[in-house]
Amino acid sequence: METIEEIARDIRKTIYKIAHHAGGGHMGAAFSMTDIISVLYFDHVLRYSADNPDWGERDKFILSKGHACYALYAALAKAGYFPEDELLHVGKPESRFGGHPKMHEIPGVEASTGALGHGLSFAIGAAYASKLDRKDSHIYVVLGDGECQEGSIWEGALSAPTLELDNMTVIVDHNKLQAMDALEKIVHMKPFADKWRAFGWNVVEIDGHDYAQIKKALLTRQPKIPTLVVADTVKGKGVSFMENVPIWHYRMPNDDELQILFRDLGFTQAEQRELLK
Amino acid sequence: MRTAYLDTLYGLAQKDKRVHALISDNGAIVYDRYRRDLPGQYLNLGISEANMIGMAAGMASCGKIPFAYTIGAFLAYRAYEFIRNDVCLQNQNVKIVGTGAGQVYSALGPTHHSTEDLGGLRALPNLTILCPASPLEVRKATAAAYEQEGPVYLRLGTNREPEIYEGDYAFQIGKSVTLREGKDITLIGTGSILKDVLDIAEMLENDGIHTRVLNIHTIKPIDKEAVIKAAEETGKIITVEDHNIVGGLGSAVEEVLAESGLNVTFGRYGLSDFSRGYGTYEIIKQHNGIGVDNIYFGAKQILE
Repeated sequence: METIEEIARDIRKTIYKIAHHAGGGHMGAAFSMTDIISVLYFDHVLRYSADNPDWGERDKFILSKGHACYALYAALAKAGYFPEDELLHVGKPESRFGGHPKMHEIPGVEASTGALGHGLSFAIGAAYASKLDRKDSHIYVVLGDGECQEGSIWEGALSAPTLELDNMTVIVDHNKLQAMDALEKIVHMKPFADKWRAFGWNVVEIDGHDYAQIKKALLTRQPKIPTLVVADTVKGKGVSFMENVPIWHYRMPNDDELQILFRDLGFTQAEQRELLK
Repeated sequence: MRTAYLDTLYGLAQKDKRVHALISDNGAIVYDRYRRDLPGQYLNLGISEANMIGMAAGMASCGKIPFAYTIGAFLAYRAYEFIRNDVCLQNQNVKIVGTGAGQVYSALGPTHHSTEDLGGLRALPNLTILCPASPLEVRKATAAAYEQEGPVYLRLGTNREPEIYEGDYAFQIGKSVTLREGKDITLIGTGSILKDVLDIAEMLENDGIHTRVLNIHTIKPIDKEAVIKAAEETGKIITVEDHNIVGGLGSAVEEVLAESGLNVTFGRYGLSDFSRGYGTYEIIKQHNGIGVDNIYFGAKQILE
């Protein structure tokens, strides 16, 4: 049995492999939420069936920050939705996998995201429908903290508590960096968790890289109140030179950096040779 | 039109629990019976059009059939990206229902006018666009929108439109209705302005000009066959719409004609700017160049 730590490391390796073959991608954002998605899919949180992606009683995960999709692709492949080899063709003309995820085309992808500020309202619709149908389905959403600068997020932030959607958990990947700089330098968002509390959410603040804290937060429920998890994360987590450095929002490592990345993520000599051939 | 829509949707919702009336704080009173009889199928989301459309797409992904309703201007402009990405790109079974077509909210001014909605929405893949002309046609279009799987934009006026049909007729998405036969010129209209178009045709008839009138209630997909037939048989076409001349009915017909290779005398009547002035709908139409007289004299010029 793989531990969650091993699973997360494996997902980070797959994220790099995808970027390597695709020639680019939002790795920093994907590494930042890797531990969250690992617990969600592989520590008995999300109920799903890779063999039957449309299983009517499933929980749903909606990646609103769609640019972090390499983490989702890696997790879905590991969960068995499709062969991992397919991910070596991400971004190619014949591939169904691109730089942002598309529903209908990729099994396990519940929403086509990419433009920021869309996933929350879509998830509210799914959570509301689930309530109407008296299903036990729980809806999980990951938002970026920079994404929370979008006005539509705050329309959704008002809606979900109004509709008493306690079957919904929103995780904000709070890595405090956005494309061009530190979040707080660009837009003042503090006090971030208090804003959500004021909007009526059950707010839980955690270390977004602590597996036990993540699991506990993802399983937290409060009657008639949706849960908002502020996950304190590090953008680029796991690769030393990427951590907390804004430029790694979208960039590929040079040869020297690649050696460090291989070491940090634990690529074996054989895996390195395979990747570089 | 609004009553016709609400009556029809009420009936559909009674029969089919998947049907949901979502509104963005508009038309609250007229939804009273929904609140009373169909509480689980009615939801006022407050003033948040983008959230309403995104949520409607999420509901549709779970098998619901949401009819998301508010003033068309707020849907087509404010929520455009949500219509594009959440509804059309994901091909969700959402019905987007905009009221106040064109300048019908005349005195409220251009912020409340849907005069560029068709131009923006017509470019969206997977979206069917319906602009019914009368209360009876609204009933048929609402039912057709429900029957058709996939995204639909339904463009409604207010509640003052007269009936233009004398009896029942066949309504089919993508098939225009010939309201009047004629060989000299064809007037093509969409939406409630067809009442004016029929009046203009009558005036022309009195001048001895046999005027065909086509009701293109489906802006997308447009009835190419009827447009080409009109071009071949009458040689002269004028489009009339309460919308900017860019992107709406006139543009759609023009595209068909340009690709047909036919030599046609063609004119477009619609707005070429934001709506100016205030007053009743009739006054505003006249003031902005799409009154009955404007179009009648324009048609006469083309015929000369």
